[in-house]
Amino acid sequence: MNNKDFRIVVLAKQVPDTHNVGKDAMKEDGTINRAALPAIFNPDDLKALEMALACKDAISCVSTDVSVKVTIVTMGPSRAAEIIRESMFRGADDGIVISDKRFAGSDTLATSYALSMAVKKLGKIDLVFAGHQAIDGDTAQVGPQVAEKLEMPQLTYAEELISLNKEEIVIKRRLERGVEIVKAQLPTLVTVHSNAYDCRPRRAERVIMYKKAQIEEWTADDINPDFERLGMNGSPTKVKSIENVVLTSKENKIINNNESEINELMKELITTHII
Amino acid sequence: MNFYNDNKSLKFYLSHPVMDKIIKLKERDFVDSDNDMLAPSDVNDAIDNYDRVLEIVGDLAANVLEANAEDVDHEGPQIVNNEIIYAKGTKKNHEILRDAGLYGMSLPRKYKGLNFPYVPYVMAAEIVSRADAGFANIWGLQDCAETIYEFASEEIKDKYLPLINEGFTCSMALTEPDAGSDLQSVRLKATFDEENNCWRLNGVKRFITNGDADIQLVLARSEEGTTDGRGLSYFLYDRRDNAVTVRRIENKLGIKGSPTAELVFNNAPALLIGERRMGLIKYVMSLMNGARLGVGAQSVGLAEAAYHEALNYAQQREQFGKAIIKFPQVYEMLSNMRAKIDATRTLLYETSRFVDLYKTYDSISKERALTAEERQDMKYSQRCADMMTPMLKLFASEYANQIAYDCIQVHGGSGFMKEYKCERLYRDARILSIYEGTSQLQVVAAIRFIGNGAYLKRIEEYEAMPVCEELMPLRQRIDKMKENYLRVVELADKFGTSSEVYDFMARRMVEAMGYLIMCHLLLQDSNRVIEATDQQDNELKRLYNSCKIMVALGEAEITKILTFVENFKEEDLSMYN
Repeated sequence: MNNKDFRIVVLAKQVPDTHNVGKDAMKEDGTINRAALPAIFNPDDLKALEMALACKDAISCVSTDVSVKVTIVTMGPSRAAEIIRESMFRGADDGIVISDKRFAGSDTLATSYALSMAVKKLGKIDLVFAGHQAIDGDTAQVGPQVAEKLEMPQLTYAEELISLNKEEIVIKRRLERGVEIVKAQLPTLVTVHSNAYDCRPRRAERVIMYKKAQIEEWTADDINPDFERLGMNGSPTKVKSIENVVLTSKENKIINNNESEINELMKELITTHII
Repeated sequence: MNFYNDNKSLKFYLSHPVMDKIIKLKERDFVDSDNDMLAPSDVNDAIDNYDRVLEIVGDLAANVLEANAEDVDHEGPQIVNNEIIYAKGTKKNHEILRDAGLYGMSLPRKYKGLNFPYVPYVMAAEIVSRADAGFANIWGLQDCAETIYEFASEEIKDKYLPLINEGFTCSMALTEPDAGSDLQSVRLKATFDEENNCWRLNGVKRFITNGDADIQLVLARSEEGTTDGRGLSYFLYDRRDNAVTVRRIENKLGIKGSPTAELVFNNAPALLIGERRMGLIKYVMSLMNGARLGVGAQSVGLAEAAYHEALNYAQQREQFGKAIIKFPQVYEMLSNMRAKIDATRTLLYETSRFVDLYKTYDSISKERALTAEERQDMKYSQRCADMMTPMLKLFASEYANQIAYDCIQVHGGSGFMKEYKCERLYRDARILSIYEGTSQLQVVAAIRFIGNGAYLKRIEEYEAMPVCEELMPLRQRIDKMKENYLRVVELADKFGTSSEVYDFMARRMVEAMGYLIMCHLLLQDSNRVIEATDQQDNELKRLYNSCKIMVALGEAEITKILTFVENFKEEDLSMYN
């Protein structure tokens, strides 16, 4: 690869659409019934894709001699190629599905290991983007764990791209009590917050051009892994049990505006870990 | 939500049997498929492309345009430093449709277009209008590109057509304070500037939709001393030349997001489109038919929105212990709305197919000589497009108004409150039967096809198309409607076709013919639905139901018209005059 080339990877995931949950969304044993839910592009990952495409625009606009490429990497069944095509409709250049039965049962540790091995195989990478979290797991762990394994600095909760050149990136992070503007040397990994800009739409001519695009698929063997670190074997997370929680609202409680009652309330909130 | 996927009749018309011929012509038998990644390889591949692109339109319309529509209606555009600034939502709508590559859909690929036929392009217009009829003007004015493509020089085409895809907006500046319906009296002056070798425009244009657009097509008087349409030519003004003052924008009843401007041209440089003197008689007439087709799409889209609003409300609102949709007077209103939409939609795509055929032949005729058969087909399609367009504009716009009215009625008192969307739809609908030629002018355009028997010839063609046994009773009722129609025309003819009474009766004759055409089209659609293997499709069976309702409605209307004409005596005119 030419060192003038600039390569951006977006880690994305196809997830069950948990916003459209019907009665049969959960199986008897408490796990998700994936067959009953439509598969969608994880919403935060779409925001990550937009930031990656904005980076591509930023670099292409100042350095016309640099070829910028945005590659999607996803782990999942073969049909996860759909989100790669979807990304291409919106501006990505290509993508790879890593798919293998030996990945089954991966927790965040095994997933991040597999993804990082795939990214390594791609060669020199300048930027990696990932959504903050996926709506089916809500862990927000995969992005940071991939950064660790790639030995890259990481910027989490990214909300907006402020500036970018071939050496460094400046982004705005969304924190609990405000925002923070930070700079990092490349290569770096950025996880993108749900507050970030919506992804640009599919573009008509790209849809026509890429509707039949063949998407590259890699198996476990292709990423040269330590097989012990894949799938169930590589996943220390063990689910003990899953139960259905039905949230019920209790009666309202009226607190009078005096020291003692407010103190009582504070105590209750602290002991129940609400604050 | 997706305004394309949730309306199966669009896919139904996309796969109409005539599409096969249209697509093959439009793609010149797929010659480009080997060397152009955007070119389809066969008819199915092309339809798949239209389907996918319409899915984008349906998504953005339902989730972006529709969501912005209320704010746009409240905010409206404004003039800042002699520039029209769109409402924030309008700007977002424009940018997202531009980013999605949805401008220039019907232009050839060499001008960065998608080379889509009119049928899918008109569908996109219908879908956009369902979300925001006002915005549909700004998006729909990409039609101007068609005029440039058909009539302008290669040089102008090469320079301006690729800009459409980049989001350059268009407008057509025709109306003046003293030239509205009567465009022959346009006075804005065009003079040739020998020194700079360009035309110069001076004068005022009024009621110009999207007046401050990037590319403006202007009708102007180029021939000094003339007073009629033959002294008018057509020009392109480039906004970057900064020679137009935006004097005001109108405060309108509806479509408030679409700016309507008064413009003063101050020695503005301009390029001549096509030939001198052909401005009104050839180019504007062609553009006007396109614009009327656009209003047809806008009307059907708006009516669809009003129907959904009314239906949802009627299903949810309970009175006297049940949903109000259970009451006969309410469900009749809703079913009539549905039938009127289905009737005008089938007419909309019938018209679009004729436009596709003749425009594509016209475009092919610039590349090679047409065969005798093709020439005949082209002439025939053009004639059909010319006669179906005013019929469509008349019925679709009047029905959209009736449907928006009924939508408020279904809402009862709540419908009169500003909180509900139906009041905006009602206001937005009102312009549809006025602009691009009032309903009265559509009658003037349509009546000559009553007189020369062109509509009747088309009816005979519909009669020659077979329908299944199940539909025969409906067919016979339509045949009876035709007898009554013929009687109406016979009686009107007795007064003499150039008499005032004939003009007085014109709308009645045109409307009677309209019912006949729409009933025949719905009958053909019903036949296709019944014969389709997938009979379980309730959504499409609805078309069959609408056909039955439309026949009931049409035969009653024609009988009413006949009664009126039968009882009318020449001296009765004085009651009105």
